[in-house]
Amino acid sequence: MSTDTSPDPGITAEVADADRRRNRRVRRLLFGCTSITVLTTIAIFAVLFDNAFQFFTDERFHQWLIGMAADLTLYFPEQRVGLLEFFTDTEWRPSHADDPRFGIIPLAAGTLLVTIGAAFVSIPIGTATALYLSEYATPGTRKYLKPTLEVLAGIPTIVYGFFALTFITPVIVGPLGALFGISVGRFSALSGSIVVGIMTIPMVASISEDAMSSVPDELRNGAYALGASKYRVSLSVVLPASISGVMASYILAVSRAIGETMAVLLAAGYSANLTGNPFDEIMTMTAYMVDATRSTMTVGSVEFQSLFAVGLALFCMTLTANLVNDYVKRRYREVYR
Amino acid sequence: MAQTDSLITTDVSVTDRERTSRPDETVVRADGLEVHYGEERALTDVDIDIPERKVTAIIGPSGCGKSTFLRCVNRMNDQIDTCRIDGDLSFHGKNVYDDDVDPVALRRKIGMVFQKPNPFPKSIRDNVAYGLRVQGKTDDVDARVRQALEGAALWEEVEGQLDSSGLDLSGGQQQRLCIARAIAPDPEVLLMDEPTSALDPVAAAKIEDLIADLAREYTVIIVTHNMQQAARISDKTAVFLTGGELVEFDDTATIFEDPDDQRVEDYITGRFG
Repeated sequence: MSTDTSPDPGITAEVADADRRRNRRVRRLLFGCTSITVLTTIAIFAVLFDNAFQFFTDERFHQWLIGMAADLTLYFPEQRVGLLEFFTDTEWRPSHADDPRFGIIPLAAGTLLVTIGAAFVSIPIGTATALYLSEYATPGTRKYLKPTLEVLAGIPTIVYGFFALTFITPVIVGPLGALFGISVGRFSALSGSIVVGIMTIPMVASISEDAMSSVPDELRNGAYALGASKYRVSLSVVLPASISGVMASYILAVSRAIGETMAVLLAAGYSANLTGNPFDEIMTMTAYMVDATRSTMTVGSVEFQSLFAVGLALFCMTLTANLVNDYVKRRYREVYR
Repeated sequence: MAQTDSLITTDVSVTDRERTSRPDETVVRADGLEVHYGEERALTDVDIDIPERKVTAIIGPSGCGKSTFLRCVNRMNDQIDTCRIDGDLSFHGKNVYDDDVDPVALRRKIGMVFQKPNPFPKSIRDNVAYGLRVQGKTDDVDARVRQALEGAALWEEVEGQLDSSGLDLSGGQQQRLCIARAIAPDPEVLLMDEPTSALDPVAAAKIEDLIADLAREYTVIIVTHNMQQAARISDKTAVFLTGGELVEFDDTATIFEDPDDQRVEDYITGRFG
């Protein structure tokens, strides 16, 4: 061992520097891509809020802020549509010449009617499909069934709309209405529920099946060894053990149903009736937005700005669903070793 | 044969006659038992008579078919599609692979404890009561749950928290919970597949103490990697060697002190496997 040169086993800063720089560059690149998503979300919310503010008052939120900052006095802008009216009025007729009314209740009720109806279709069928695929189907069957299910998820929603218009309404809902002595028109809330329900079955089934398949076999064997039959193992062990994923799939399906547009438009129609009768034509929040953007409106008019108010309300509903989803996931998470 | 009849019905109450039968009677007998997984042979011509209410240890190197044998007894191998079984494996003289045997009814007579503690994501009470509910024994559930937890030496530790999740217990407690779950429906045979291998030594020692107590009421068949454990707790020992061959089966003392087969001696003294 020589003592006149300092030892250099390759662990000094000079050696590591280049690598550290590359590391930093990669981190920045990845962070940049991530920021795009976050910034887009913030921007969308800002535009919605800014414009919705103009629906209720006479100016945009940012104009109001600037105005307030300019003369340093707190003032409330003149109201155009009262918040009270928006949330309690039971009529939605924004383009009425003499007496336009902006009550979101009929639209929100339409959305909820379709969403709840869809949940009655997608949750039982989706859960049963997931249990079958995870617990009963042979690997061969599953190999074909799961991709088929995913194809169902990939069909454009407008195609589901045609399906509702040409099949669900005339073949299923029409005769069903006739049974109750109700003549069903071209559109009905029930058709909307059924078609959105069918659309969201793959989502429920696929996510639930993933959750069920990841339940460790040790649990199943424990139950089989106690003399449990297959259906009991499925219902009393696998389902409870996978409940957080299964619940998450329900909430995602509901969230999807709330935001669903094209199929609902073609199935449920665009007439803002406040009704509990599933055979009636209704208008969901999304359907209104499509319908409104087709008509001729002046930018900045109350009618035009109502789009943003409804959009913001819709945004809040799906956001709530997502928050509930997060909570459920954390609340019911089971830890397996 | 009344005993074979009781095997295939779903009414699985253990009769007094069975409980008072002579201790040396054979409960589980294999006769020319062979098991294949696809093309691969896991057990070769196994003959064994397992006596009632004793601890029978099954030892041998990895992949020698110990667990396969255990899983044949309660037909857990049915879950594996490629598994093929030839020869006889009888429970009280009835071949468990006969067409008229219902594996679900069989498993109500033969409990099992696994290598890794596998409590259900349910409360401690519901874990122990699971087998009772499955088997339709819904009367006196609380008393039976308590009895099973006492039998598994866990009652004192969980008495006040029967409604908390079984997953909140420590590993050793979880394994005793699984033992309680297995004995709650009062089976005749208890199969244990390396029940202490995932536990720390203190927890393992508790389970070992428990096994000696269990043998007063149940026929215990335990697979273990740990030869000292087999020597400590078992009455009889079966040694399987690679290829799924049962090389020697005798009183534990004989196996460990004076085995007939040279390969067994080599294995026990650590020269093989």
